Amino acid sequence: MSKGSPISPSLMATKSTGAHKAPERVERPADAGVDSAAVSPVLGPNNVVPPTVMTGSQAIVRSLEELGVQDIFGLPGGAILPTYDPLMASKMNHVLVRHEQGAGHAAQGYAMVTGRVGVCIATSGPGATNLVTAIMDAHMDSVPIVAITGQVSSGVIGTDAFQEADIVGITMPITKHSFLVTDPNDIPHVMAEAFHLASTGRPGPVLVDIAKDAQQGQMTFSWPPKIDLPGYRPVVRGHSKQVREAARLIAGASKPVLYVGGGVVKAHASAELRELAELTGAPVVTTLMARGVFPDSHPQHVGMPGMHGTVSAVTALQQSDLLITLGARFDDRVTGILKSFAPNAKVIHADIDPAEISKNRTADVPIVGSVKEIIPELTEALRLQFEAFGTPDLTTWWAFLNNLKETYPLGWTEPEDGLSAPQRVIERIGALTGPEGVYVAGVGQHQMWASQFIKYERPHAWLNSGGAGTMGYAVPAAMGAKVGEPDRVVWAIDGDGCFQMTNQELATCAINKIPIKVAIINNSSLGMVRQWQTLFYEGRYSNTDLNTGHDTVRIPDFVKLADAYGCAAFRCERDEDIDATIQKALEINDRPVVIDFVVSPNSMVWPMVPAGVSNDQIQVARNMTPEWEEED
Amino acid sequence: MTRHTLSVLVEDKPGVLTRVASLFARRAFNINSLAVGPTEVPGMSRMTVVVDADGELIEQVTKQLNKLVNVIKIVELTSESSVQRDHILVKVRADAATRLQVTQAADLFRASVVDVSTESVVIEATGHPEKLTALLSVLEPFGIREIVQSGTLAVGRGSRSMSDRALRSA
Repeated sequence: MSKGSPISPSLMATKSTGAHKAPERVERPADAGVDSAAVSPVLGPNNVVPPTVMTGSQAIVRSLEELGVQDIFGLPGGAILPTYDPLMASKMNHVLVRHEQGAGHAAQGYAMVTGRVGVCIATSGPGATNLVTAIMDAHMDSVPIVAITGQVSSGVIGTDAFQEADIVGITMPITKHSFLVTDPNDIPHVMAEAFHLASTGRPGPVLVDIAKDAQQGQMTFSWPPKIDLPGYRPVVRGHSKQVREAARLIAGASKPVLYVGGGVVKAHASAELRELAELTGAPVVTTLMARGVFPDSHPQHVGMPGMHGTVSAVTALQQSDLLITLGARFDDRVTGILKSFAPNAKVIHADIDPAEISKNRTADVPIVGSVKEIIPELTEALRLQFEAFGTPDLTTWWAFLNNLKETYPLGWTEPEDGLSAPQRVIERIGALTGPEGVYVAGVGQHQMWASQFIKYERPHAWLNSGGAGTMGYAVPAAMGAKVGEPDRVVWAIDGDGCFQMTNQELATCAINKIPIKVAIINNSSLGMVRQWQTLFYEGRYSNTDLNTGHDTVRIPDFVKLADAYGCAAFRCERDEDIDATIQKALEINDRPVVIDFVVSPNSMVWPMVPAGVSNDQIQVARNMTPEWEEED
Repeated sequence: MTRHTLSVLVEDKPGVLTRVASLFARRAFNINSLAVGPTEVPGMSRMTVVVDADGELIEQVTKQLNKLVNVIKIVELTSESSVQRDHILVKVRADAATRLQVTQAADLFRASVVDVSTESVVIEATGHPEKLTALLSVLEPFGIREIVQSGTLAVGRGSRSMSDRALRSA
């Protein structure tokens, strides 16, 4: 654990009674109890900076630089103004957004494609509260971001001062941790702690709220600071006995399934996963958050599970006798009615967050730790099992699943209104762009189709708002992704509803030369809600018509809107123009491109497990359930 | 539902009580009582949280509490392995006619009278929650005007110290 710092004299006092250590010694804080290699918990190159007098705001900028930050998304205001001054002289790239929510989602997109901590900055009060949606989104999807907010001067905190909001209190339930800084001398260690917390263990958002007088005050900066988090000790290595027990279960299972979640993406463990999967020979399902971590083209991939998953993936879980759960959390969109989920399966559950294990589904073999460490150990343990007792025969299991894959492939029916099928548009975008592209979706039907009809072959290629379901995620997150991976083609696949929530970031993209491509899947409605109204509310379309599509007033006209924002803009209304329009977009790389794909409002997302029923009730089309008896 | 007593060692940082309390609220865990105060180690506080929860839920409670960065250590104290005490101040109606009966009742519970007026007395008592319930039921007929009660405080029996061990293992 760390050696203590002025903020926690308690620890120093207690430590010093045991073994006297020279407090003057310049020591790197030892890894805070993490049982991995003792690397410095301070991110970045750990340059040694001798004590230097500067202002708090200079210390914020300097800390960010020392932490290795290259890009920041933000928007200034009164209470963060002091920090924006030294930021102007910094080599870091600050992207001025048009709305703080955009800064938050951009930081998320940046973090999702690079694996580095995303950074966003906002001022106090409404600036800070505008970050709330993005912070909550990052919390639900375990995205490492640090949000820095200005706060009113410490002397007036609590007086309802101008633009004062208790953002630490507001975000307490949706951050991994948060800090309020009122003493400039705390800035370096708080910044280092924030980045350490955001990026280690189960990643998540950390908020650093810094009072204006702490930004303006003088302090003595030195680097690296001491990280003092006595209550934070994420377990990284899995318990070896549990790993061996997991291997024993896998060796004895006849219907195993690898249930793979976003944790494997976050842990950068796709290569390790592939090795384990190929050794077991078991089917692999990749959740919405894990699309691409195991190649779609791999014969062992049986699809995405859940409410709009493939029949083969949903059924694989339902019929399984052993779930090998890696970095997934038994979300209700995956399990359906929990009691009826995978009723005959034993559960191996590996996750870095112990609270996820047995939260929803009791695990038979819980393994707390990073899947990056656990998966190779499990592979090794399994190899020994297989050598000793032979490899289990999964022929019958695969015959069953392959039959499902062939009988119920993903597909769509052509709309009867003569308009394009949204699924085709999305499928063509994926096909013409290829697996090296990055695809960022909002929330709703277009999100599900983008998860179904684009073929993902690599991790970090698919970004979406999974847990939170944030409309408006796509455009700013795509912007952040493009800043993080400028050499990749980045598509925001957005709905006409989602797009209208955050499209002002097109200005940011155009001005800062961030050439994202936006495909608006324009069905002129809040499509997913409309689908539920079709299915469960007798087609009473209460407040879901947006009037943006075919045969409407087209407010706004997305082509004119995009043009006004300095983007290349096209409208595509016919099947025969889809490929050519996508090609045109792929050829433009000097400015953002927006395509208004006018599609049918009547297309629905299938398969679907209706809410409140067992996954066994999956429908491949309206009121059509697979005929199970035939399959066996 | 079973009652569990958790001793939670936390860093004495601003907002730590809010973090713990709001965690219970948003995860729909029921707090029966919560007492917090400084410990023998400067900068470290200790909370005694009494929770009503069944087996799996109490595991979730402790896991979620452990995720709070300011929480250093959690120990569940069973009634056999710990001393658990509540503190109570009760204002009871007592005039010249009934005062003696009231104070005698207090004596039986080793409670003390800490304030007397012509109309009432204030009785202070410490003990296991069950004892205090018994005291209250004896005082009830006289007319209870006010009750102020602390949360349960609990400490493990024997010489070992929770904060010592926490710091050593940390």
